[in-house]
Amino acid sequence: MLLNLSAEDQAFQDEVRSFMTESAPAALRQKVERNQTLTREDFLSWHRILYARGWIAPAWPVEFGGPGWSPMQRHIFQEELALASMPMIMPFGINMVGPVIMRFGNDTQRAKYLPRILSGEDWWCQGYSEPGSGSDLASLKTRAERDGDVYVVNGAKTWTTHANFADMMFCLVRTSNEGKRQNGITFLLIDMKSEGVTVKPIRTMDGGVEINEVFLDEVRVPVENLIGEEGRGWTYAKFLLGNERTGMARIGRSRKHLDRIRSIAAQEPLGDGTLLDDQKFQEKIAAIEIDILALESLVLQVLAEESAGTVPGPEASFLKIRGTEIEQAITELTMEAVGNYAMPYQPEVLEQGWNEEPVGPDYAVGAAPLYFNFRKASIYGGTNEIQKNIVARMILGV
Amino acid sequence: MNILFTDEQRLLAESLEQYAAGRYSFDQRRAVLASDEGYSPEAWHDFAELGWLGLAVPEEDGGLGGSLADVAVLMEGFGRMLALEPFVATVLLGAGLLAEIGTPEQRAAYLPGVAEGTSKLAFGHSERQARFDLADVRAEARSGADGFVLDGHKCVVLGAPAANHLLVSARTDGGPRDDDGVSLFIVPADAEGLTMRGYPMQDGHRAADVTLENVAVGTSALVGPAGEALPAIRRVVQRAMIALAAEAVGAMEALNAMTFEYLRTRQQFGAPIGSFQGLQHRAVEMEMAHKISRAMVHRMARAADANSELLGQCAAAVKAEVGKSGKFVGQQAIQLHGGIGMTDEYAASHYFKRLTMIDILFGNADHHLAEYARLSQETAASSG
Repeated sequence: MLLNLSAEDQAFQDEVRSFMTESAPAALRQKVERNQTLTREDFLSWHRILYARGWIAPAWPVEFGGPGWSPMQRHIFQEELALASMPMIMPFGINMVGPVIMRFGNDTQRAKYLPRILSGEDWWCQGYSEPGSGSDLASLKTRAERDGDVYVVNGAKTWTTHANFADMMFCLVRTSNEGKRQNGITFLLIDMKSEGVTVKPIRTMDGGVEINEVFLDEVRVPVENLIGEEGRGWTYAKFLLGNERTGMARIGRSRKHLDRIRSIAAQEPLGDGTLLDDQKFQEKIAAIEIDILALESLVLQVLAEESAGTVPGPEASFLKIRGTEIEQAITELTMEAVGNYAMPYQPEVLEQGWNEEPVGPDYAVGAAPLYFNFRKASIYGGTNEIQKNIVARMILGV
Repeated sequence: MNILFTDEQRLLAESLEQYAAGRYSFDQRRAVLASDEGYSPEAWHDFAELGWLGLAVPEEDGGLGGSLADVAVLMEGFGRMLALEPFVATVLLGAGLLAEIGTPEQRAAYLPGVAEGTSKLAFGHSERQARFDLADVRAEARSGADGFVLDGHKCVVLGAPAANHLLVSARTDGGPRDDDGVSLFIVPADAEGLTMRGYPMQDGHRAADVTLENVAVGTSALVGPAGEALPAIRRVVQRAMIALAAEAVGAMEALNAMTFEYLRTRQQFGAPIGSFQGLQHRAVEMEMAHKISRAMVHRMARAADANSELLGQCAAAVKAEVGKSGKFVGQQAIQLHGGIGMTDEYAASHYFKRLTMIDILFGNADHHLAEYARLSQETAASSG
């Protein structure tokens, strides 16, 4: 409501919105809105629709198949994607490894991988965290030893989102124990179908299976899958983290979700009216709405700075920290809104669809699982505490 | 840092920085604080010379006709330097009201003087029972033989002790909390029957409680149509709220800078205290609160400039957000400074007190959260 879009951006928004109206599959929208479990094919079907339109990689340069949008247009696109209740574009290929390959890969790697990322032919996952290396990522121990023209990789990765769906993994491995530990880290691309790769799904407290352990046992990775130089992987990993900052604020998604809370509250009886008539509840919604408005203001500032060519400082971390705090507040309030029917646990409804009538209102089934699931948001992508350590170094320099 | 600004706004911000560094140091300010007036007439004169007093005054009335976004830049600078001058009372409230609904004669009589720094105004509106409800006006204006007779009590009238004229709201019609029936009058500060009890506020700004007993004014003292002043009062107060939020953002910036410097230099346990993670994370949260509030204030000012229908929502959202973040930054700044933060001789406490008063002015964060919720419900109801 407050974007004050230029005529050009307004036309862009109209174009995106009408595309969403025409192209977003209704069944998929319903699944997203009810927080049902999305299958690999659910994600890919929508990926292919955006790919066909040329919109799958908003931030990619035109030469690699991007649409050539301004930062503001990318923001508008993300907003519209969320407002249409479509799944977010999976970041691992498009936002993470894609830009690394563009920047640090060689021509052969670019020609081989980038088109397959765009088309969705390769589903990527991120092999970073290990059982002994979480926030202290540089302590990672998965080893890669050179044997002729292959690396032999041994170790284990964990918390790997969608490894169970993935064709490829970009992976940080240790190639040296000499000197500074960051300098012994190498960035490798590993085919998940390689012999010695075992994926073991991890069930999380919400009942879902998004994350996995990945065991690497004598996995032979061709040397041509090395990105850049051996021992420079940490630099590439840091570059990767700096990408697509503004998307981390999840403004559109949060706003859409807040609308859903309003709609739920309007259907929840309370006294002679509904929960939406309750002033205290209204104020809880309003508090989150103001937080979103405030954070969106910072997003717009960062977008303007990006357009002007300045690199934001601590703002990237602020967007992540506050964006995830807002997401968590929203999922918590959703669960609060549904009241008693937050309690029945009905995983079959979320996983298989709605063949039988659920216990309680349909909007209630996913509320608590979503709340539980979103505790991840302040943990992944560098915990919010790690983000604060990073910013503290910037602003205090001690 | 100024990607949000136009070139002119960038220049304005720079001139504020220069002025603060050269002519408004904390020590200079302390002397002003201790003076009878509580503000610096020299600084006021400088503000006029620099065009700051005329920034928000319409061009046709001798000002520069600046936008709310421009005013936000100015107020952010005032926040950084902890300006004590009665700018909000005179320019934003007093002149703002006259520009909104004053007659051509009234505008000509007062506004050029405001821009030149020769005329100071104040706005007597709030009453004891009203709390933050702008419609709750019980002061009365009765029609007299050749004008009106005013009676009532106005509390914490900002800048009143320095003002030459007061704009005073009084009911000419309607019940105690009706929107209709509120009228506005311009009254000389020395009018017969007007008594003022002046005092410093907690942050050193001056205010007064004003009592009106049979104060007779002519018909020419009526500002705007009789009984229809409230919408203009709301708009002017809402703009002042956004401006005050900008001032708070400037204060937060200065306070954070002091606090971070202290964390870098203060040694305890053989190390700078900024090396301790518990304090580091607090500092980051303070910086985050400031950065987000700042982006929001300037954006809401521009949004309200572009679409005046959004003014009410923008003002409530900003006042709620900045009330919350200003309180957080202020409290934490004192805590991180430890003992020295408690002292009067150190600037941190003065920033904290100013932030605290700004939160209360025109309704605190809780009040405006409720107000925002109400406006959202209305919008939702009317759109769907």
